[in-house]
Amino acid sequence: MINGAEIMVRCLQEEGVEIVFGYPGAVICPFFDKLYDTDIKAVLVRQEQNAAHAASGYARALSKVGVCVATSGPGALNMIPGIATAYMDSIPMVAITGQVKSDQLGRDVFQEADVTGACESFVKHSYLVKNTADLPRIFKEAFHIASTGRPGPVLIDVPVDIQQGEIEEFVYPDKVNIIGYKPSVNGHPMQIKRALETLSTSKRPVICAGGGVLTSGAKLRLREFSQKTNIPVVSTMMGIGVMPSDDPLYVGMIGSHGVKAANKAIHDSDLIILCGARVGDRAVAAPDQVVDNTTVIHIDIDPAEIGKNMKTNIPIVGDMKNVLEAMLKDIDYCAPKEWIDSIKDWKKEFAVQHKKFEDYVEPKGFLEKLSSMLKAKSILVADVGQNQIWCANSFKVSDGRFFTSGGMGTMGYSVPAAMGAKFARPTRDVVAVCGDGSFQMSLNELATIAQNNMNVKIIVMRNTVLGMVHELQDTFYGSRYAITELDETPDFEKLAQAYGIEAATVSSNEDAEKCAEKMLKSDKPFLLVCNVHPNTPSR
Amino acid sequence: MKYTLSVLVENHPGVLSKVSGLFSRRGFNIDSLAVGITEDSSISRITIVADGDEYIIEQLEKQLNKVIPVIKVRTYAQDEFISRELSLIKVNCPAKQRLDIMKIAELMEAKIVDVSLNTMTLQFADTIERFETLIDLLKPYGIREIVRTGTVAIEKDSAVSRK
Repeated sequence: MINGAEIMVRCLQEEGVEIVFGYPGAVICPFFDKLYDTDIKAVLVRQEQNAAHAASGYARALSKVGVCVATSGPGALNMIPGIATAYMDSIPMVAITGQVKSDQLGRDVFQEADVTGACESFVKHSYLVKNTADLPRIFKEAFHIASTGRPGPVLIDVPVDIQQGEIEEFVYPDKVNIIGYKPSVNGHPMQIKRALETLSTSKRPVICAGGGVLTSGAKLRLREFSQKTNIPVVSTMMGIGVMPSDDPLYVGMIGSHGVKAANKAIHDSDLIILCGARVGDRAVAAPDQVVDNTTVIHIDIDPAEIGKNMKTNIPIVGDMKNVLEAMLKDIDYCAPKEWIDSIKDWKKEFAVQHKKFEDYVEPKGFLEKLSSMLKAKSILVADVGQNQIWCANSFKVSDGRFFTSGGMGTMGYSVPAAMGAKFARPTRDVVAVCGDGSFQMSLNELATIAQNNMNVKIIVMRNTVLGMVHELQDTFYGSRYAITELDETPDFEKLAQAYGIEAATVSSNEDAEKCAEKMLKSDKPFLLVCNVHPNTPSR
Repeated sequence: MKYTLSVLVENHPGVLSKVSGLFSRRGFNIDSLAVGITEDSSISRITIVADGDEYIIEQLEKQLNKVIPVIKVRTYAQDEFISRELSLIKVNCPAKQRLDIMKIAELMEAKIVDVSLNTMTLQFADTIERFETLIDLLKPYGIREIVRTGTVAIEKDSAVSRK
């Protein structure tokens, strides 16, 4: 005989899970108790939302399903922002929650919450398990759904009596059979042909690379495509890192917070190849204006994204890597030199401006410098706020990765996601960059970092205001700073020391660089606080 | 414009909420939604009548297709399906008006399913247009209550074979 909790653990083993991030509670105890006997590492975070963010960072760094676990009621509900963040950024994740006993469901008993209901719009799929015998099939399906097609989080809610219930023996299915779920991964050959034909007449083509390129593992294919055809590439925030920042054909990030040259490239182009980008409002504010005199080829694995935000002339539904490989086979095109030249001119003309304030760190310059100090394949995790924009536009990625909460814009993402990334890639440099606002949303995770003695570096851009909104108030609200001042920002250095983490505070780029060098040499966690002037602009 | 969508789903608990939740979440307006088991007891059919333009209906179809237990989505073109709605209509009916209402019922092919001293209840299964005609005819007598099932639709084989 084998009980449900052990079945759950066996399923995780079958799926090759090596680590889960979680927080315990009464009704998930049977599961954690069985997990305790295995080699699967269970990381105790300090709040459930961070378990989901950590699983998300882990999933991104390894291209593998991340797993987070919480108890029923408040535990499960706390996880929702993390699940929703993963959903918006298409991160493969399985979230497991304990639930009250099946026969008590719906009676509002202690710590009962309808988490499958509450999560409905933030998950790719969810299960409320009714029978212990269903567990193997449900876990198999959940991991399959989370990691195939357009990835996303899947929630499995398991009542405590289901974890305690017993069945004869454990058999893990080798196949899934979901009749309504068959993602198409190969682009339609006719559509690919049409796309190539259209491209052949284009005078001003541009590729817009989104997160889908990275998800599909098509980064190198896209670089090859751009090199072969000389087509310039812009990226969305989720697509940062698809192209090396210093590639002459890479223009930069588009959108309201992007670089002018990239927006101009989109605006002046006669053909846009959207690659795994859903062109949200922050990427292209007025897609209708762009489309009027531009042909749009949209490649995406999710057919629902095609035509949703931007009118598309040639839709190609399929996995980015497959489609690009198919296109590369038959491509014979080179973008006109005049177009490339004008883009190069714009890049020079609209270079990122650095506004310096005496006795403060100028973040863009420092981030640029930091990029060159990191080891190869390092991972930078940006939080949300001005720090995100500084990182997006000034941090240079070559063979490393750039993670951020692109779709949901969830503050407090960077520290836990960096933890997850570090567990996934222990030998790489992992740096979280946040503001003093976003840092205070997840600084409790310093305890997790200390407990696991993780070599995660945290850089806090301390400007004593909620910079993004503060800036918005300058532009649109007559500089009336309604609840955006962080006057009592604590002494982060002391705070870090309380957790036993080394820290330093700097107020000039010179000191920041010196300190960063020292920080990167050590194999211990480090908190670097950069004093930044509150009026430093995002762009 | 009104569109009729036919959605085949796996007959699991929770599927209906996954489908219906989609409408409010994505800001789609629906006129009616009817659900029932099909000839295969593991599959249910949801028939949806929605209001919108081509863009909205295309989005609706695509979003429905993303719901894992949704097996197939079909938007019926005009004239290629038969649609019916069942309704129960309770109307004021004192003795002296009984004959009048019975006439209307006979004319419209509605069935009288309950009669009391002061009311009469009609059962009516037909198209929405015919339902509206019936309501217009009954209105002067005072309608007390209307219960409608929402539209169900099935593909017309005769129309398909003629093509």
